Amino acid sequence: MKRRTASLAVKYLGLSLLALFMLYPLFWMVGASFKTNEEFFTNPGVFPLRPVFDGFADGWRGSGQFTFTRFFANTVALVIPTVFFTLASSVLVGYGFARFDFPLKKPLFSMMIATLMLPGTVVVIPRYILFKNLGWLDTYWPFIAPSILGVNAFFNFMMVQFFRGLPRELDESAILDGCGSFTTLTRILLPLCKPAIFSVVIFQFLWTWNDFFNSLLFINSVKKYTLALGLRMAIDISAQVNWNQVMAMSVVTLIPPVILFFAAQKYFVEGIATTGLKG
Amino acid sequence: MRSRSRYVGLVYILPWLVGFLVLQLYPLVCSLAYSFTDFKLLGTTRWVGLKNYADIFTRDPLFWKSLGRTTVYVVIAVPLKLAFALFISVVLSGNIKGINAFRTMYYVPSIMGGSIAIAVLWRFLFMKEGVVNQILSLVGISGPNWLGDPSLALFTISLVTVWQFGSSMVLFLAGLKQIPPSLYEAARIDGAGRARIFLRITMPMLSPIVFFNLIMQTINAFQEFTAAFVITQGGPLKSTYLYGLMLYDKGFRFFQMGYASALSWALFAIILVLTLLSFKSSESWVHYGDAQ
Repeated sequence: MKRRTASLAVKYLGLSLLALFMLYPLFWMVGASFKTNEEFFTNPGVFPLRPVFDGFADGWRGSGQFTFTRFFANTVALVIPTVFFTLASSVLVGYGFARFDFPLKKPLFSMMIATLMLPGTVVVIPRYILFKNLGWLDTYWPFIAPSILGVNAFFNFMMVQFFRGLPRELDESAILDGCGSFTTLTRILLPLCKPAIFSVVIFQFLWTWNDFFNSLLFINSVKKYTLALGLRMAIDISAQVNWNQVMAMSVVTLIPPVILFFAAQKYFVEGIATTGLKG
Repeated sequence: MRSRSRYVGLVYILPWLVGFLVLQLYPLVCSLAYSFTDFKLLGTTRWVGLKNYADIFTRDPLFWKSLGRTTVYVVIAVPLKLAFALFISVVLSGNIKGINAFRTMYYVPSIMGGSIAIAVLWRFLFMKEGVVNQILSLVGISGPNWLGDPSLALFTISLVTVWQFGSSMVLFLAGLKQIPPSLYEAARIDGAGRARIFLRITMPMLSPIVFFNLIMQTINAFQEFTAAFVITQGGPLKSTYLYGLMLYDKGFRFFQMGYASALSWALFAIILVLTLLSFKSSESWVHYGDAQ
């Protein structure tokens, strides 16, 4: 008995140390955004000796024509429709695959699963040309259009899996009551899909919010910059001088994902676990 | 169900079908076609046959350099990440209290994904005079130049990936829950030790999930971009010049879209062959048992 308690204590100690070790960089980042430049290189601790707030104030104001208010608003304007349409398309596509029989269903479904493994790099150039020809460069359509069309099979698959878990009797009784297939979806099934809906929203929010590569490709005027691009501009301009500004704006960029995570972490874990996916 | 038309389902999946055709299949065919041309965003485009591929394999020293460094990155980052995720989830699955709190804490880095903020943070952590070396100097170690030393920089960058082992961990934990406790009991009665139980029960039962993760992580790692782009810009001495950076340079800085398309197809072919090989090898080590 004693030995078991001891080994348990070792386990907890190890797990806690690992947690501290892993989260330390993030705590340090928050602390560093309140440090002066001199302290930045002399104090590896979390807490600043002489906290200053100009990292946030000056960082937010930025160095150019636009402040982080603009980049924040831009990011929201890009992320919200993308998340919304991803949800809408994944619900429809998931419902279609989970509940209906139609010609070529099997090969189409296999095709969709196969696209999960399609490397994005191999389609990025023609997509760029296509968006350019449509006049979509420097707009948010390269993000929104794919979400309307449900191109990310991950979400469709997640919804398929979820619908499959709901008893068919629900649909059948709704149809007996005279509901059409769309009413059945919206009135009967959708209210039961809350966990899946949360998962879709959370993941797509995070991926779009954190995305850097696509913003880099498709957006080129500072006026339309997202946070990721605004932050990169801040690094290029002031990394050699104002360390705390760059840290402060990095912290700001990470706040919405962190809040979302802690507000909805229950769904988070369930979502990943139900699909067995996510890279 | 009988009264419904056979095509109702098609209507529901229509968004995806259009998206698949227009934004995946068509671009896939297109980039293959581009790869046989000297397409540059401006000027005329000529068919050049296999010239791009010939150039890539015989004349482009950057290709081999970049492919080599990318392979090193994949070989460091993916196994480390999965081993770590596996180890932690096995420790956590032992029915200890507070597992949720630990799981949450370990997951936090993963929610930041490829955020540029993390890349920035890494730069500050691992600079010559950065936090890591400040802490090392407290215990009397003079730390290396993590990002400036060509033999270390790639390793330092792969630490970002390893750090974000959260999603693999969650998947493994879910898989571990599926293993029937009776299997463990039987093994214990037979007198099997911990290591034996892990190798003979846990690993085989978990192998489909491990395999799936291995594939997806490898595919993603071959395309890694943000960390290397922001932290080291491919340097020093091109030691972190990952394939994604080379593609970006060729396609979107120099706009040699034909050549870049050929590069992307070369990568696609490599990934495809690796995936098929691992599916082939999986027959011997992945067990699709009742637990699925």
